[in-house]
Amino acid sequence: MADGTVHLDGNCLAGPLSEILAVEPTTAWWRCPECTRSGPLAGLHVYGPEPGLTVRCPGCSYIALRLVREGEHIWLTVGGGSGAFRFSTA
Amino acid sequence: MPWRRVRLVERRSQTPSARSLVFAAPGWPGHLPGQHVDVRLTADDGYRAVRSYSLAAPADDESIELGVQTVPGGEVSPYLADDLPLGADVEVRGPLGNWFVWRTEQPEPVLLVAGGSGVVPLAAMIRAHHRTQSRSTFQLLYSVRTPDDVWYRDHLADGDPRHDVRIVYTREGPPAGARAPGRVGRSDLDGPASRLQPASPAYVCGPTGFVEAVGDLLTDMGRDPATIRTERFG
Repeated sequence: MADGTVHLDGNCLAGPLSEILAVEPTTAWWRCPECTRSGPLAGLHVYGPEPGLTVRCPGCSYIALRLVREGEHIWLTVGGGSGAFRFSTA
Repeated sequence: MPWRRVRLVERRSQTPSARSLVFAAPGWPGHLPGQHVDVRLTADDGYRAVRSYSLAAPADDESIELGVQTVPGGEVSPYLADDLPLGADVEVRGPLGNWFVWRTEQPEPVLLVAGGSGVVPLAAMIRAHHRTQSRSTFQLLYSVRTPDDVWYRDHLADGDPRHDVRIVYTREGPPAGARAPGRVGRSDLDGPASRLQPASPAYVCGPTGFVEAVGDLLTDMGRDPATIRTERFG
């Protein structure tokens, strides 16, 4: 992750998501429900790593995914709403 | 995907602030040009830091080469670049990423556009292509601030007739330079783009602002957005 405030892209999610997904995720296709822009996860804009990773639509900033590491847990929220899945990696 | 311990066996300067690091990685499963690894450092007090670095070379005999640009004030890069002792271990996870890759079966001519340290994964692609019998051509447009900031001069001057490398300078160029220093613009991309096929991929890598500006230029020029693959280094 970058130390500054500029965003990265979904390529950097390959490692973190490998802890909870069995399939390589950066080529996954996503269509924004807000602005309908579509493309690979690799092209989404990634902010963080504090307080976690926030993954946004490059067109309208709609939140596609949030990923937070807390010790041996990883919290995954799909979309911008509430209701995170807590994965135990230990 | 497991974390593996790999041992630093070689450090080479590329620029005053950039290094090539070669690690012995027994059992390395191989990788595709363009992929990266995550490097994890653990301090004595248990504090961990993880950063991504691109693989700079095609898959080789149980060793991996990374390109590390020192970020001023960075937590990890200054240490990796200059302080990690030869013979010391770090943990790596990878290879990672199936999007920003070039595969040897791809037949089309390729455009690579690098900004600064963004040249690292593109150099892996050039070096991999060099080993093949492919007839496809590779064009690299490489943007740096000054001549001191060019990485991999040897690999980029490989004498391969299929490889065309143009270096453009944004702040200060060589004394007899034909192009005035400045950011990459349409005029730098028009020539290379004219030598591509419609399905040709363009790989753009470097700082976020650079990647987005170049991506916009390419789509404005009519390149199909689906053929443009980007990797932002922040």
